[in-house]
Amino acid sequence: MENIIEIRGLKKHFDKLEVLNDIQFSVAPGEVICLIGASGSGKSTLLRCVNLLETPDAGEILVHGQNILQGRMDVNQYRTKVGMVFQSFNLFANMDVLKNCMVGQTHVLHRSKEEAREKALYFLQKVGMKDFLLASPAQLSGGQKQRVAIARALCMDPEVLLFDEPTSALDPEMVGGVLEVMKDLAREGLTMIVVTHEMGFAREVSTRVVFMDKGVIAEEGSPEEIFQNPQNPRTREFLSRYIQS
Amino acid sequence: MAAFVEKVLEIAQRYWPLFWAGTKVTLLISLTGTIIGLAIGLLVGSVRAVKVEPRDGLGTRVVKQLIHALTSIYIEVFRGTPMIVQSVFLYYLLKPVFNWKPTVAGIFIVSVNTGAYMAEIIRAGIQSVDQGQTEAARSIGMTPMQTMFLVVLPQAIKNSFPAIGNEFVVNIKDSSVLSAISVTDLYFQSIGVAGSIFLFTQTMTVTASIYLVLTFTTTRILGLIEKRMGRPRSSFPASQTVPGNPTF
Repeated sequence: MENIIEIRGLKKHFDKLEVLNDIQFSVAPGEVICLIGASGSGKSTLLRCVNLLETPDAGEILVHGQNILQGRMDVNQYRTKVGMVFQSFNLFANMDVLKNCMVGQTHVLHRSKEEAREKALYFLQKVGMKDFLLASPAQLSGGQKQRVAIARALCMDPEVLLFDEPTSALDPEMVGGVLEVMKDLAREGLTMIVVTHEMGFAREVSTRVVFMDKGVIAEEGSPEEIFQNPQNPRTREFLSRYIQS
Repeated sequence: MAAFVEKVLEIAQRYWPLFWAGTKVTLLISLTGTIIGLAIGLLVGSVRAVKVEPRDGLGTRVVKQLIHALTSIYIEVFRGTPMIVQSVFLYYLLKPVFNWKPTVAGIFIVSVNTGAYMAEIIRAGIQSVDQGQTEAARSIGMTPMQTMFLVVLPQAIKNSFPAIGNEFVVNIKDSSVLSAISVTDLYFQSIGVAGSIFLFTQTMTVTASIYLVLTFTTTRILGLIEKRMGRPRSSFPASQTVPGNPTF
């Protein structure tokens, strides 16, 4: 099947620090890819390069074969196709839950209010937040905020949804609910790239696990390959620390 | 002491039409000046918050830097010189062009002066909105303009409301310098009264009392508005956000 996204030779540095070094990476429809690795290994930066929140220094990002880093590409149009869920939720604090899910639809996709509302209700129902339509983000718990953030991203009908450590800022008892929502989405065939430290989730849900180390992809493969039979010594070291702790 | 108070009351009683006329001009100039100043501040402040992005072409880059330089000059000049100097300078500079009345010139000067302060207040307000919300807005495809007007500015204005209100209070007092271009505000009227009866301290007691009433009332009203704004935007009771709560 044709890849949705294909990344070639991607490089990114912050000042003198090489964060990404010659990354090759592709995403096919329906894949659930988990990016794992130590802090500072470049996983979040890679994810942020995919929707151009970071501008790569070099390389190509091909979306359906077209290089989005070249020429007069409409970045805003592209971003509607690539949703993003953040570690710190980033709900719009001046809007209630329903508005958070509608504003992108009405102002970016130019859907009618009725259509946007219907869609928002559908996805808020899906993430179990339909009873909180008029709540402001400040009134919600972390887990609730993150579920609204997922609904907000889904409302844009993205082809790919990016998750940047979606459960890292949550209290332990909130993590489960968010992971359940993500598992449902994966089962329904949504293409997802997930930066995570939840090894259980990576093992259970992902179709491919990518282990990053010092700005390069050190190893990738099926969850079985990575978790049961890692080839790279760095992968083994990283995973063993996880299993111990 | 009793004689002093008596004199003060007498002045207030005898000249109240003049004090009242001056008060109206003071309120007109400070209120209009603050509102127009806020509009200028919103424009300049949000333009200044636009940063040069790595993906910008050369043209965009030059335009952005030029705007930044010009607005910097505006802010520095108007915050760095006394308003009394600005008023005399601009009044006579632009008189041949507009042939304006002192009151109109006064509103113009207070607006432009306030705009410089408001721009910095708004810029700080914009910076107080966490960057994550901007990223989230961009990630669903909003343009920088949409992000600014739909997400960032509403919060920036709310966050900087106390500072914005404070500018109004400052303007009530500082518009008194406009007497330099014979704007017939409260101070101008008062000094006229004082000069004609040669009782400066007593007259200024009346004047100060009126200014105090104006600023005190304004501060209270602003405080009430601030309190109302501080509440969650919706009328959704917090108890209802917890499923399984008995009141749900």
